[in-house]
Amino acid sequence: MSATIPLSWFLLVGAGLFSIGLYGALARRNAVAVLMGIELLLNAVNINLVAFNRYIVPQQVTGQVFAIFVLAIAAAEAAVGLALIISIYRSRDTVNLEDIDLLKG
Amino acid sequence: MTASTLQAILPAIILVISAMAVVAVDLITHRRARDVVLAGVAVVGLLLAAVAAFTLVGTTPQSVLDMLVVDGFSTFLMVTVLIGMVLVVIYSIDYIKLVGEHRSEYYAFLLAVALAITIAVSANDLLMVYLAMEFVSITSYVLVGFLRGDKRSNEAAIKYFLYGAVASAVMLYGISMLFGVTGTTNLNAVAQALAGETLAGGMRWLAFSSVVLLIVGFGFKTSLVPFHQWAPDTYEGAPTPITGFLSTASKAAGFALMVRVFIVALPSFAVDWLTVLAGVSMITMTLGNLVALRQTNIKRLLAYSSIAQAGYILMGLVCIPQAQFGLRPLQDFAFNGINGILIYLFAYVFTNLGAFAVVIAIENQTGKVDVKDYAGLIYRSPWLASLLLIFLLSLTGIPPTLGFWGKYFVFGAAVQVQFFALLIVALINSAIAAGYYLNIVRYMFLMPAEDEERIKIAPSLGIVLGVTFVAVLGLGILPGQLIQWASESAQFLVQF
Repeated sequence: MSATIPLSWFLLVGAGLFSIGLYGALARRNAVAVLMGIELLLNAVNINLVAFNRYIVPQQVTGQVFAIFVLAIAAAEAAVGLALIISIYRSRDTVNLEDIDLLKG
Repeated sequence: MTASTLQAILPAIILVISAMAVVAVDLITHRRARDVVLAGVAVVGLLLAAVAAFTLVGTTPQSVLDMLVVDGFSTFLMVTVLIGMVLVVIYSIDYIKLVGEHRSEYYAFLLAVALAITIAVSANDLLMVYLAMEFVSITSYVLVGFLRGDKRSNEAAIKYFLYGAVASAVMLYGISMLFGVTGTTNLNAVAQALAGETLAGGMRWLAFSSVVLLIVGFGFKTSLVPFHQWAPDTYEGAPTPITGFLSTASKAAGFALMVRVFIVALPSFAVDWLTVLAGVSMITMTLGNLVALRQTNIKRLLAYSSIAQAGYILMGLVCIPQAQFGLRPLQDFAFNGINGILIYLFAYVFTNLGAFAVVIAIENQTGKVDVKDYAGLIYRSPWLASLLLIFLLSLTGIPPTLGFWGKYFVFGAAVQVQFFALLIVALINSAIAAGYYLNIVRYMFLMPAEDEERIKIAPSLGIVLGVTFVAVLGLGILPGQLIQWASESAQFLVQF
């Protein structure tokens, strides 16, 4: 197995994606956009897992199986998240997180 | 897959079956009998699972497909949490009847979250750690937002969801780096890979940052400062029985994951995570208690109190004698930190569920959840006032309640490792906490009641109050068996 692209390149892409996702999750005010940021975070993890698997333990599939589990969980999480966003849109007509402020103190 | 393996996961199997049974029974039950029958199925399922978990106590630890480890530590927490979940189901009956939302789904989700917690307490692989954590979280998001027509419940759920999803994704990034450093996800194998002096400089930094990222995820689940911001809003807006669940069983799951990952997989980085967690523990208890002082809503007050309690529980993990990591046998230590965590969690589950049962009794009848509505409670319901007094004394940590023994063992661990700075912070905090706990007592016993209406205790709440009362005061007076069980359970964690 002669890889021409070094592992660090994959990790840099992963780190970049993670940073963009974290920025999106923390800075955006729209709940759907925050959810998209979270999906980016999970995809960064998947790149890491698959790249590590290929370069560190190529004879095993642990990392790839882990990545498939992450995909499934991400789908479940998005389903629940969107359901919650829809129910809050129905009761308030907004998905702007700054306007969702009944609970405080 | 042998018979003993099947026996080890029997509690989980029973919970899966009963979660499906609840939904099926809903279809064939008459509308009027439904409330009691559905809750009955859930209670029977949880009790059977608790019995199945109890039969595992004292057996030799065994590994299930290298993914789960069923040992003393996990069976102790399984039994505690499953009995706690029985109480949550029972005190939900009248509450859910009042709000009238889809009941079978509610009980099915409670059983699913109980299943998630039985997996969480025995997860021994980074994959299972992540799956268990997400399983607990996703079911909790749904339960928090269960009152779909209620704006506050919606808001609590969306805040919990967004916070939780980011925290678990950040933790997962840490897990991926830990996998990269060690090439494995099994906790024991991770520990072996990290043990030698072979880690190159860069790899060491990768592992260190993954420790920090793991703390983010566990800190969210156990509401440690600075990852606690969701807790007050979510606790206030969620249906009250679910608030009781979040502050006890869900927190126990988070601590179980955190303790097992750090002690089993990361002993070589103990110096790093002990330092970070010691600081987190001090900040958590101080901030939780100081903000709790000025709360007027009782659910919010109990939320900040539960943040502070998480700080005390964390002391158990911070004050593990270094001997835990292979220098001297664990039984040389009476206070080994882990038994402190177990006893504290046991005490906290029963005390807090009892306190929430009182809050629910009052909320079901009057709809009020402010501390000032508790004025003159002694005249309106002497029973509720006296019971809440006992639970608050237990939360404060005053003997002869069970809460005292929890504090005794975590504070004892701090003395054992001579971490006096942490001990002093914790003692000062206990005094501050007494301030707001006893403020509720002052309202209940010394202030005149605004409303003379007597508060009735529903039979379901009576059961919960009875069980929690016996646990808090009975085991508080005679704690010998519990302490012995917890201390034996704690041994397994490092032996396996």
